Amino acid sequence: MAGTGKKLNRREFITTGAKLGGLSAASLGMGLWLKNRSAKPQETVVATMKDRLIIPPDPNLPEMVIAKGRDPWALVAKAVAELGGISRFISPGDIVVIKPNMAWDRTPEQAANTNPDAVAAVVTLCKKAGAAEIIVTDVSCHEPRRCFQRSGIAEAANAAGAKIIYPEKHRFKELAIGGKVLNDWPVFEPFLYADKVINMPVVKHHNLTGVTLGMKNWFGVLGGKRNQLHQKINESITDLAALMRPTLTILDAYRILQRNGPTGGNLGDVRLNNTIVASTDPVALDAYAANTYFGLNPMQVKFVSMAHERKLGTMYFDEVRSKSVEV
Amino acid sequence: MKIQTVVKLRRASQIFFFVLFLFLLINTEFQGALDSKETEINLPFPVSIFLEIDPFIALANAISTHTLYRSLIFSLIIIIPTFFLGRFFCGWICPLGSLNHFFGSLKSESKLGKKRIESNRYKKWQTTKYYILIAVLLAALFGSQIAGIVDPISLTVRSFSVAVLPTLNFGLNAILQTLHNSEIKLLQSAGNGLQFVLKNSIMSFKLVHFQQAVFIGLIFVTIMVLNLRITRFWCRALCPLGALLGVFSRWAILGLEKKSTKCSDCNICQLHCQGGDDPKIGLKWRKSECHLCFNCIPSCPDNEMIFTFFPQTQTTVVKPDLKRRKIMTSIAAGALTLPLLRSSTSLNAAPNKNLIRPPGSLDEKHFLERCIRCGECMKVCPNNALHPTFMEAGLEGIWSPILVPQIGYCEPSCVLCGEVCPTGAIWEISQNEKMGVDSAGKSVADPVKLGTAFYDRGRCLPWAMAKPCIVCEEWCPTSPKAIYLQKELVVDSNGKMAEVQRPFVDPERCIGCGACEHACPIQVEPAIQVKSIGESRAKNNQILLKKKA
Repeated sequence: MAGTGKKLNRREFITTGAKLGGLSAASLGMGLWLKNRSAKPQETVVATMKDRLIIPPDPNLPEMVIAKGRDPWALVAKAVAELGGISRFISPGDIVVIKPNMAWDRTPEQAANTNPDAVAAVVTLCKKAGAAEIIVTDVSCHEPRRCFQRSGIAEAANAAGAKIIYPEKHRFKELAIGGKVLNDWPVFEPFLYADKVINMPVVKHHNLTGVTLGMKNWFGVLGGKRNQLHQKINESITDLAALMRPTLTILDAYRILQRNGPTGGNLGDVRLNNTIVASTDPVALDAYAANTYFGLNPMQVKFVSMAHERKLGTMYFDEVRSKSVEV
Repeated sequence: MKIQTVVKLRRASQIFFFVLFLFLLINTEFQGALDSKETEINLPFPVSIFLEIDPFIALANAISTHTLYRSLIFSLIIIIPTFFLGRFFCGWICPLGSLNHFFGSLKSESKLGKKRIESNRYKKWQTTKYYILIAVLLAALFGSQIAGIVDPISLTVRSFSVAVLPTLNFGLNAILQTLHNSEIKLLQSAGNGLQFVLKNSIMSFKLVHFQQAVFIGLIFVTIMVLNLRITRFWCRALCPLGALLGVFSRWAILGLEKKSTKCSDCNICQLHCQGGDDPKIGLKWRKSECHLCFNCIPSCPDNEMIFTFFPQTQTTVVKPDLKRRKIMTSIAAGALTLPLLRSSTSLNAAPNKNLIRPPGSLDEKHFLERCIRCGECMKVCPNNALHPTFMEAGLEGIWSPILVPQIGYCEPSCVLCGEVCPTGAIWEISQNEKMGVDSAGKSVADPVKLGTAFYDRGRCLPWAMAKPCIVCEEWCPTSPKAIYLQKELVVDSNGKMAEVQRPFVDPERCIGCGACEHACPIQVEPAIQVKSIGESRAKNNQILLKKKA
């Protein structure tokens, strides 16, 4: 070899030639392969949402139950019982995700979040129905650990046997929503793999939409730049309502935040109303609540009329089979 | 007790205190509890104790404020034993000392054999730390707490909070992401398992970013790398806490005694010396430099050295050999620093618009008397809202905390920054005090204001672009809201009439929390921005004519 003074023999010549030739061919092959792969980077949409079973209507049962009384737990139990009982909605082995509004760093009395006892009651019912996993979560606006604890919901739901999942960044997956204004958005994982979804909004004032109720509560399944949704808020709400199609909506009207919503903070803005409304029709429920608690004509609540037009339910809440009960 | 046992104990103590230090720092975060509905949020245990037992911080705080804040009295736990024993803190407890010890013990080309013995000899430049000590304490006397910039505990907490732990988190997160994104199920579940372990141990709830992190991190790395040239360079040459403890150890009754003058000149004691204090027989032992690591004793083959109480001290130099002229220079430097720094800062003349201090902060003069820039507040902030300043508070206030609403807003009910602040620069306030309410939630006083929000109508969607938005109003946490709206019919780009709600700020109600700025969709330069004016801590930074109660 070079430097040793020894002459190259034939064997060495061939092996060296083979090595160098192989290396060159491999480089060429690798280079062509990589060049071939070259494409403008695209964001990949990887997530899919599990098809959820919509419970068929039963003409013998009410579609909406308005339960009044002092104990949120009992109100929830009664309302669900009147709708046909929890086993109508939850089957043994189901993965159930319960979505309260716990978006704000507020206490239960301030009524910016869903009533913790009401959430715990739903968890208990689902447990009785044999759900395999009951998840309680929300993609909060304020810092999630503070919201979950100070709202009292994490403690109540956890004690009732639910799994609490924090909205950590890695738990979001890009989903092609395919809505009118929303397409690729990061969606919080539990909502993707749930068999049944129970929406548990709270009645609150909101300056842009007049009122925030059940369908608006779905903002809390999204990550990403949610602050852009306000620019087409009614379309965004209906897109999400079309995506989510909850098994059941249980509206907390126990305390109502009448002014300075959706954050509140002032006990003077809160009215004790002692009511829980449960319905299988999310549009009728929002229409009823907007009308009853904020005196709004459902036709003028844009997201309600849009959802009606898109056949996600009916805004003529007085035409649905409803029942009022006292507990 | 055998001396070998003492050395082992010392090593165990260093590991114990370093792990404790890391544990406390990692837990400087509200974790949230699923079994608690407590609405008054506090940390489960005191996390800033390393800063509170630090004698240098306590002394500097006492000199600048003529008081001793909250738990700083516990620094006596270190001070009094130092009077008797010497710099045991440096060799046995100090987390930065232990890190330096570790990096100093790594093999290094420039410290092999004779070179190492030479590098471990006492050097005159080791007195630098005493002059630094004098200068920063003088500055403290004149009301500037720049001591915290060079205090080793403060430096370590700051470096770890702002640079080291975030870097570690990014690294670990990258590994987890790779596992999560893998197509292979086995790797995915390995990722989930690892995630569970890491999230419940060393990883923080979310990835945090800090301004100045690279700068602060590089300084820390430099301090570590210097150990490869000279063991414990920081401790020997620069550390003002080490200097202070060196002064305190002057009358210490524990010391090195050389039983005879016999020495086989093997130099092994010098080879393992941490402080650069010349334990070797024939040289003069420097008491103020010794870290009490006890490496020299068991290494002596002649068994001619012992550590003992009331030792013979003929061959000992008990105090640092400071030169009078240099002392005068450092006094002058310390005394002149402050007037110089303040001649160019805007402490009184023109407060900086972006200098939004954390809730409970004292007025700027008193704030600078206390803030040691340890970064505890930045570590504990749940929204990653607090960052080290660069020049917003002048050169004097470098790395003190500032709220950057674009990155994170001040959580309405959170007071954790005041809870962890060891010196009271951010005074400890209760949640109710911050919100100005009583225990029943009734408004009884003004809430703590950090500043005031202002609209830039040229960038605001309903003001400039005929689009509905008002996310700022949605997020505004005061009640009644500080952002109020006016319905307006506007013409959009297609010539069509559109109704928008245009937002306004009521400066009286605004608390400057920055939620609006954080939520604004014009992210890169929000259409609503909080400026420091109106902050409750500063009399000279107000807008409104208001009768003070």
